[in-house]
Amino acid sequence: MSWSDVVSLLRIALHAMVPITLTAVGEIVSETAGLFNIGLEGILLISAFAGALGARIGGPWMGFLVGAGVGAAIGLVFAVINTYWKGTQMVTGIGINLFAMGFVAFGLIQLGAPGFHAVARTAQLAKWRTPMGAMSPVIVVALILPFLVHWFMKRTRAGLILKAAGEMPEAADVAGINVNVTRLLAATFGGMLAGVAGAYMSIAWIGSVTKDLSAGRGFIALATVVFSGLNPILALVGGFIFGFFQGLAEWVKTLPSKPIPFQFVSMLPYIVTLLVVSGAIGRVRFPKALGEPYKRE
Amino acid sequence: MNPSASTSSRLLRGLHRTVTGLHPALESLLAAAIGLLIGALLMHIWGFNPWKAYWALLRGAYGGSYEWASTLSRATPLILTALTFSVCVRAGMFNIGAEGQMLIGAMAAICVTYFKMPPGIHLLVGLFFALVAGAAWSIVPALLKITRGVSEVISTIMFNWIGRWLALYIAIYVIVDPQRAEKTLTVPVTARFPILVRGTDFSYAFFLSVFVALVLYFILWHTTMGYEVRASGLNPTAARYGGIRNKRTMIWSFLLGGMAAGLAGATIVMGMPPSYAAFGGGAFPELTNIGFDGMAVAMVGRNHPIGILVAAVLFGGLNAGGRVMQFYGSNPVPLEMVRIVMGAIVLAMSIPELIRLFPALRDQGENLIRRLRRKDGPSKEGSA
Repeated sequence: MSWSDVVSLLRIALHAMVPITLTAVGEIVSETAGLFNIGLEGILLISAFAGALGARIGGPWMGFLVGAGVGAAIGLVFAVINTYWKGTQMVTGIGINLFAMGFVAFGLIQLGAPGFHAVARTAQLAKWRTPMGAMSPVIVVALILPFLVHWFMKRTRAGLILKAAGEMPEAADVAGINVNVTRLLAATFGGMLAGVAGAYMSIAWIGSVTKDLSAGRGFIALATVVFSGLNPILALVGGFIFGFFQGLAEWVKTLPSKPIPFQFVSMLPYIVTLLVVSGAIGRVRFPKALGEPYKRE
Repeated sequence: MNPSASTSSRLLRGLHRTVTGLHPALESLLAAAIGLLIGALLMHIWGFNPWKAYWALLRGAYGGSYEWASTLSRATPLILTALTFSVCVRAGMFNIGAEGQMLIGAMAAICVTYFKMPPGIHLLVGLFFALVAGAAWSIVPALLKITRGVSEVISTIMFNWIGRWLALYIAIYVIVDPQRAEKTLTVPVTARFPILVRGTDFSYAFFLSVFVALVLYFILWHTTMGYEVRASGLNPTAARYGGIRNKRTMIWSFLLGGMAAGLAGATIVMGMPPSYAAFGGGAFPELTNIGFDGMAVAMVGRNHPIGILVAAVLFGGLNAGGRVMQFYGSNPVPLEMVRIVMGAIVLAMSIPELIRLFPALRDQGENLIRRLRRKDGPSKEGSA
């Protein structure tokens, strides 16, 4: 393994880290307020597709805007069902995932090539030339955002309100906090970040949309949330670990000698996720009212 | 009190009881209608004629005996994967792992090709392989949950992906057809489900699915273990006080679910003409998404084995009719629309008291209007 291999591995890992970290940070905000969204996988997929379409029309920034908007919209639907209508969060999430799988596969067929849509070079977000090779600017966002969110959650009044809505909605309600609106905003923010992550995958990283583009990243992000114990900075670390193993898998696949069949290499990120999560549990405490709709007595 | 009044009141009470008893079924129907409407809206936006498409779908699903055969054969694996999901829901868990368990079960069933056996026994041995493989693939998430507290949602999804890659490896390197590298060995005639209706892909595998549904119904509602599973699903703390070992019920529900999912894989590779094999080269077109669609079936069927049988006929019909819809003359709507409809149905199903939602929305709307009227300042009109 030469020096250039290490650099390229690190580069892939940083790129693979971005969608997981962004999605996980959004989900941390949402779970802190008490909403557990397993539809993240679907949001990633749909917003990757929508982002690619937006980028085709108005360039990469338009793509990110559309991706974030679509993600936020789905997050909002999820939140309305699970706050005002007292829905079952797991089932809503499963519905979002099914819907997304169908929607993106359907949309890809409508675009002409079934199962695959390449994003034009001009519609992709330009990468920075660095000593490490081409790097996407979004990596910087993913590196800074967790600290901002951490500051927001620990140091602002709004962050405290967020926590109250997830920890003890009854008390929050008595204190004059509107639990449902708080949760609504949190889940919409979570959906928006997942939307940005999805748009990043199609227009700033991989450069194409396929039916299985998200490849379980939404669920890996959920695992990252578990690993982090709702601390955004640890989500950055977790995102990097998972990104590293995805990068490792990609890197081993490109080796000419093929030491391991690529099917086994492809399993690696999922196995690592399982190992890390089973090691992390025990020290993690989740909000008391997580997953429970708030009903006023 | 005259007798006629008491009769009529008794009749009324009976009617009320029937309607409240049907309540869940009505909600499922309403959810299905909402899902179909959302699908219609999307088709309209994409420039299709939704009514023509649904007409083609309806005729393709229930238009005749051939269509019914096709519908029931699509329903066969869905019943089993739906049972996987619903047994665990009854135990208070979300097992999303049917997809992976089904794939591993299918690979195990194909392995029976290596043996030579008399007809019926060969089939049974294949089913046994699938059963064991599916159960084996489901036991690890259950153990992880019990020993380490890992959420089964995350672990089963990870096992889906690991199982998918493992199945692809097995299909491409281990049980590959030496003549055709893109597919696995073909299951021999002695290990296939006989075709029930000549010229269709409707085989006796359907009866296996119905049988498993009935067995699970019996286990869940007529045995001690089933009672314990349901009790710990309703309230784990109370169940533990009642002397029920929650960990054991968790393992049992995962095992039963895994077995059903494994069998689902077997019904496809052993009961689905013409290939009787899995196509690793095409990333398993016949075996993909059966597990996920099964979750939708389970929810519409209200996680009850009998409800699932009915819901599977609906979803099997969507799949079978979708195949007709995508080649329907001037208005070919891709098959993927069916999954969009399924997703929308599940979204609608996640809202409890769906039937009450519309009156509630109307009340809220009326409240809003009343409040706006009360303010009735022209300055407020613009901002509202």
